Amino acid sequence: MNLPLWRTGRLTDPRTLPLLITLALFIAMFAYGSLAYRGFFSLQVFLNLFIDNAFLLIVAIGMTFVVISGGIDLSVGGLVALTTMISATLAQNHHWPIWIVIPLVLALGALFGAFQGVLIQYFRLQPFIVTLGGLFLTRGLCFLVNIESITITDPAYTQLSEFRVHLGEYAITTNVLIAAVAFAAAIWLAHFRPFGRYVYAIGGNEKSALLMGLPVARTKVLVYTLSGFCAALGGVTFTFYMLSGYGLHAQGMELDAIAATVIGGTLLTGGVGYLTGTLFGVLILGVIQTLITFDGTLSSWWTRIVIGALLCVFCVMQRLLEKHTTGRQKHRSDITPVSGGRRETTPATAATARTGTLDQLA
Amino acid sequence: MNTSRLAAMARHPLALPLIALIVLLVVNRAFNATFFHIESKDGHLFGSLIDILNRASPLALVALGMTPVIATRGVDVSVGAVVAICAAVAAVLIGGQMHVENGVEVYVSNVPMPLAILAALAVGLICGLWNGTLVSVVGMQPIIATLILMVAGRGIAQLLTSGQIITIYYQPYFFLGAGYLFGLPFSLFIVAAVLLLLWLLTQRTALGLFITAIGINPVASYFAGVKARAITLWVFGFCGLTAAMAGLMISSNVKSADGNNAGLLMELDAILAVTLGGTSLGGGKFSLIGTVIGALIIQTLTYTTWSLGVPPEANLVVKAVVVFIVCVTQSDQLRQWLVRKPLEA
Amino acid sequence: MTTATASAAVPILTMTGICKSFPGVRALHDVTFRLFAGEVHTIMGQNGAGKSTLIKVLTGVHPTDAGQITLNGTALTIDTPRSAEAAGIRTVYQEVNLCPNLSVAENIYIGNLPQKNGRIDWQTLNAAAARLLSGLALQIDVTRPLDSYPIAIQQMVAIARALSTEAQILILDEPTSSLDEDEVQRLFNLLRQLKARGMAILFVTHFLAQTYAISDRITVLRNGELEGEYLTGDLPQLKLIHKMVGREIDVDSLTQPQAAQMAQPGATFISTHGMGHKGTVHDLDLEIHAGEVLGLGGLLGSGRTETARLLFGVDRCDSGAVSINGHSARFNSPRDAIKHGIGYCPEDRKKEGIVAELSVRENIILALQARRGLFRFLSRKRQDAIANEYIKALGIKTPDAEQPIGLLSGGNQQKALLARWLATEPGMLILDEPTRGIDVAAKLEIMDQVLALCRKGLAILFISSEMGEVVRVSHRIAVLRDREKIGELDAGQADERAVFHMIAGGGA
Repeated sequence: MNLPLWRTGRLTDPRTLPLLITLALFIAMFAYGSLAYRGFFSLQVFLNLFIDNAFLLIVAIGMTFVVISGGIDLSVGGLVALTTMISATLAQNHHWPIWIVIPLVLALGALFGAFQGVLIQYFRLQPFIVTLGGLFLTRGLCFLVNIESITITDPAYTQLSEFRVHLGEYAITTNVLIAAVAFAAAIWLAHFRPFGRYVYAIGGNEKSALLMGLPVARTKVLVYTLSGFCAALGGVTFTFYMLSGYGLHAQGMELDAIAATVIGGTLLTGGVGYLTGTLFGVLILGVIQTLITFDGTLSSWWTRIVIGALLCVFCVMQRLLEKHTTGRQKHRSDITPVSGGRRETTPATAATARTGTLDQLA
Repeated sequence: MNTSRLAAMARHPLALPLIALIVLLVVNRAFNATFFHIESKDGHLFGSLIDILNRASPLALVALGMTPVIATRGVDVSVGAVVAICAAVAAVLIGGQMHVENGVEVYVSNVPMPLAILAALAVGLICGLWNGTLVSVVGMQPIIATLILMVAGRGIAQLLTSGQIITIYYQPYFFLGAGYLFGLPFSLFIVAAVLLLLWLLTQRTALGLFITAIGINPVASYFAGVKARAITLWVFGFCGLTAAMAGLMISSNVKSADGNNAGLLMELDAILAVTLGGTSLGGGKFSLIGTVIGALIIQTLTYTTWSLGVPPEANLVVKAVVVFIVCVTQSDQLRQWLVRKPLEA
Repeated sequence: MTTATASAAVPILTMTGICKSFPGVRALHDVTFRLFAGEVHTIMGQNGAGKSTLIKVLTGVHPTDAGQITLNGTALTIDTPRSAEAAGIRTVYQEVNLCPNLSVAENIYIGNLPQKNGRIDWQTLNAAAARLLSGLALQIDVTRPLDSYPIAIQQMVAIARALSTEAQILILDEPTSSLDEDEVQRLFNLLRQLKARGMAILFVTHFLAQTYAISDRITVLRNGELEGEYLTGDLPQLKLIHKMVGREIDVDSLTQPQAAQMAQPGATFISTHGMGHKGTVHDLDLEIHAGEVLGLGGLLGSGRTETARLLFGVDRCDSGAVSINGHSARFNSPRDAIKHGIGYCPEDRKKEGIVAELSVRENIILALQARRGLFRFLSRKRQDAIANEYIKALGIKTPDAEQPIGLLSGGNQQKALLARWLATEPGMLILDEPTRGIDVAAKLEIMDQVLALCRKGLAILFISSEMGEVVRVSHRIAVLRDREKIGELDAGQADERAVFHMIAGGGA
């Protein structure tokens, strides 16, 4: 897709369909909550979705870029925890000023992402295994720094954490502002900068991107750098949210980020995805949690089960749509690419995609 | 020994993992003079080596199940969650109490133990087949398909245990994870049996050929009439089954089931063990013995960091460094660079 | 070394002393190549002659080991596709190497997207793309993703991309292999226009006829070395083939009908009635007898491969009936077809045929073992015996049966695939482009094998885009057009012209 969704006008395109379903699902869930629980239908509940998930949104933005490029980043949860840990240690135990701590952890996050990107790109390693190592490393480093949880009482941190922007009787936090800026920047990067288009191109067909002379290596390293940066920024906002640093923070956040990305309509095979979708994916995860909290009788583990079920539904749907779209053009999809092969156009498939060629050429 | 034989041995796929294991063992010996000592108490063998073998068993089981999955170009990231689910099933079904009747301790389980064990194994198999169905019938990418159960699985385990850590009080069950047979930990026999079964299946039937063929070229295998779907399905099913065995072993060993923490990060350790053993994540040729060696390397590493007095949490850092080193040394890119450099010089 | 007539013009591009080796293979050795503005220059050579390596050196995919490249008289270093593009060298590859998920406009300009105020200027981009494409007589919605268009359009988009910025040199690497006759003509018209504008065009093809239709100059490579450079007019076809293979070859033997002289076919092996599959082929009546070769005639896209896939159960028939040896049969997968004694050598040998890292032995026994199932495992001794038997019988050139099949040449891979099916003792073989990408001598060998198998009583369905080959080996030719069978020709009455005549609408 070349344009942001609102400019394409092709809402029935099978590629944008998952996004629409995500949107509809969010509205339906919010509507259900509003009908079922007293006090659910309010602007503050809606704003709380952002307040409680700002860090997840930021992490998921980085993940979206990685997934669109055809990769995956499992290290983000650990990187968030490491960021909280380093921030807490420096700010609380060593009394470093916040304006040094935050740029420092952001730079460290980006550097760590770049390191993973270099391993993936220049040593041709699988993103899955490299970022898995990254997950081990970041979690382990947390405990090397400190095994206990460090509570932050640094005034700059507490002030930023307690800061509210009031909209009438409602309010949002610093984190929401940071997430909003990050989201806007990400949209601009994805759709209005060549870098974003290179990411899509690489996800569509990396070999082609290379042959078209695109800076594939640089872009791929940058994608992981960006993801590392986003994870660190997510860690900064998580520090504001929790006001503590702890090695067990953000457990499984990499899974939530991937789930939000997929539920938002980004194909895990790469090449297709929307940041707007990711936003709604995050909101859906938030609504599930809110619904369970409002219900009060449901235990917290239902969150995981419901997210898993949603993930399942969306993955199966993606798969069926993929079959449908490719099935129209080539029948080759009904043979079993057991591991879900990449979509590639080969001369062999050309023969079948031929009807109407001449009319269109003429 | 002449150099060409030596070179041939060094090129053997198992050479690198074996050397790594030996180096680790030697390092341990250097820090701990009694490391290689094995003594017999009451007919049971004890010692660091036995301890490592015993503790590596659950991981070895899961990694053995994971090997054919990875060989068919798959990966199963849900095994940790399946371990937790199956441990929960067994714990809930057995539970157990101890009564003292007439001065004699009598153990009672909620459900007969064999039934509980079968139920846990069946649940593991079903989990595996669910993954297999998503991969082979629906056609999803393995990482994604198994991610679903990875996300939902811990929730299901907690649902089964109502969020509690369930303690097991049924003595006979502990034999599985802590018992001894012929002087050796019983868990070693389970691992050996699974290894033998897999070896027979892959070497004495066409399964090994088919798995390798599917891993290298799934489409060509399908065109040659290989039942790629069925094999993929059952390979995942088997992986679920070994995860269930590991779940039983772990819950028996720690006498409880914890939906949140049982088998945590085990999928990662298992994948690491398989890769360390020389099986490529890209599928194709695989080595079962290599996987067992991989699991032993990981456990020895844990033991080493522990005996060096490093905090156990730092073990993760060591593992990560191992992941990076192994990946980089296995990468073709590095080999190309190494080969090209002397030519340019 | 070069025999080209002295040209007053100075070449725009010269490559001298180009060497390139891969582990174990010397792909190019001391090759010289010149390209002139306003000319179409064709590189010819058998498989493994070094054509594609030379292209990849020129486009920066493979850096050279030795040699110089000069462009407009100045030395040039090309080590990445980017540096080739920067030098004004544009390439259109055989497979459409664009990104299916991006829009047509983006595919044309990516790497060089117009920007305004630090952001991509989508309006300018789409307008420029539309303008460029309409210059190529193509009016399509440029904002739609590339993969919503058929391959021929994608190919045109690839050419448009190549022309989107100042290009001095246009390289076309077998761009016609997925185009039909009409589209090829359209492409050639375009090339003539570009030539007239003074562009230097390097054109690589397997098709002799196309070479003579479009090129001004021919460079022949053999075994990675330069054989010579010729003006097209000075080099008759026969001589060209001679230069390519390095020996005299009886070209006529490639096209002489031979099957007709053989014994009469036996009983019907397979017959289809009204067989069809939505969106591919429909209403197909075919009958193949034991000991008979049925050729499928028709242009690319006429439904040849689709027919093969239906007969092999890769796609499921949704209408009509199939019967084998008089009993009705239904195939839901290749397994079903294999059970009924059918074997299939697919068109895409690498993707659908060989299992590259397995040994020749394992590749040969794979289908037989798959039919026997998991538990009736062939002993290693049996495997060796079967593999060695076929290596000998089919003359597969390999050091031994344990060689990974991916290391064999295309022709030998094809023979090993034949062996795979012969080991299952089939009743019928479907051969889809068995000679594609194979050198001339190996082609002849494969065709002789086909005829020999047929003499042994096998039913064979033979598919090839080289009509001469079809005519040569077939007893009968079923002619397809637009996914339907339009008639049949007997070997006696069929020659290439008759087949094309029928396709063109002349009837039988």
